[in-house]
Amino acid sequence: MIKIHPISKASAILTLFAIVTTGLVTATHILTKDKIATEKNNAVLKSINQIMPKSLYNNEITSDCRLFTDPNQQTIRVFRARLNDQPTGMVIESIAPDGYNGRIDLLIGLNSNHEIQGVRSTSHNETPGLGDKIEFKKSRWITFFNGLTVNESNIKSWAVRKDGGQFDQFTGATITPRAVVKSVKESLLWVKQQNQIFELPSNCGENK
Amino acid sequence: MNQLQEISWQGLWKNNPALVQMLGLCPLLAVTNTFINGLGLGIATLMVLIGSNISVSVVRNWIPNEIRIPVFVMIIASLVTIVQLLMNAYTYELYQTLGIFIPLIVTNCAIIGRAEAFASKNSVPLAALDGFMMGSGFLIVLLLLGGIREILGNGTLFAGADLLLGELAANWTLHLFQFEQHFLVAILPPGAFIIMGLLIALKNRFEKRIEAIVVGQPDKSEKIERARVTAES
Repeated sequence: MIKIHPISKASAILTLFAIVTTGLVTATHILTKDKIATEKNNAVLKSINQIMPKSLYNNEITSDCRLFTDPNQQTIRVFRARLNDQPTGMVIESIAPDGYNGRIDLLIGLNSNHEIQGVRSTSHNETPGLGDKIEFKKSRWITFFNGLTVNESNIKSWAVRKDGGQFDQFTGATITPRAVVKSVKESLLWVKQQNQIFELPSNCGENK
Repeated sequence: MNQLQEISWQGLWKNNPALVQMLGLCPLLAVTNTFINGLGLGIATLMVLIGSNISVSVVRNWIPNEIRIPVFVMIIASLVTIVQLLMNAYTYELYQTLGIFIPLIVTNCAIIGRAEAFASKNSVPLAALDGFMMGSGFLIVLLLLGGIREILGNGTLFAGADLLLGELAANWTLHLFQFEQHFLVAILPPGAFIIMGLLIALKNRFEKRIEAIVVGQPDKSEKIERARVTAES
């Protein structure tokens, strides 16, 4: 009988374990893959539905999505809303890089006149109880954006009260609303410069 | 006390992973700003702990001593990944809230500690019970901490229960009281440390009394094997 070296035996056992455990993870991945994709899509759709009236579109908005680069060189998604194939609005991601505690991710719904239909924060790390009033769940502050547009005559009012603008800051937290207002303003200005948003083919969303 | 009672006693009180062994404090302190977050992480940790204790106990006689640690790590890492995938699929929003702390269960020393100190030396049923009791001990501390911090900081309890339990629980949130300014420190990490410290102090305060009730007179010769020994005792 050949004597197996302990190291060979140990490596064989380790390999066996690696194969079995990887196999289990792979199996779980395959079983949950579709469910996770659906959940992700539902989460996006849920936030889109909050800021985009359903009467404005009838396309599969979560898959009609295009990646762009915003002025801060961040990749953002733009979901295009179409009613019977006619462009009627869009939902764009907006990233405020200068929150009190890191970046704030926002979603902005616009109609075809670039009027804001709604803004929601999707993720942030602002101070609980102070900066987190930008969340719709915590306070209605974010609904102040509804119906607003940016143009040359009102660009000065796109700031918090402290800076001479029209937006309330929160007691004890000015940086957060300032960052949100600035980010929404910049996104709206950016959208105005884009004229190909609806022509470009979709390259993100659930089919990718 | 028979062996089963002893294991439960160790896990839930005497050698509680969070209050006595002080293991896995990073996720414990980070996610317990609400009761439901604590419950989510607690259940995930409990599942991993039971799973890893069972698997380690099943394979304990086949693994050469030299490679046991890498094997334990592989078992734990794959179990955590499986739990992570399942949570991502079935409790998507809670998974988003707990974020990085689900994958970080891998680094919770309580799990490899139990694998090494208990499961690798005991039969499968005992290891499973140990996993369950240790996990429950950890879960209870998470719930206490999460509950206290949520009440102090937000004046609510069970906020976000629907993230874990579905639409049915959507209006379970108890609004205990309202205030203008939240008691911020309870929600922030320093509050977690302070409240955790108070819990540990409370436990130590009543240690002897409760032990006397449960065990009877303490047995001086009893020696407890700890997963991590910080001082010679």
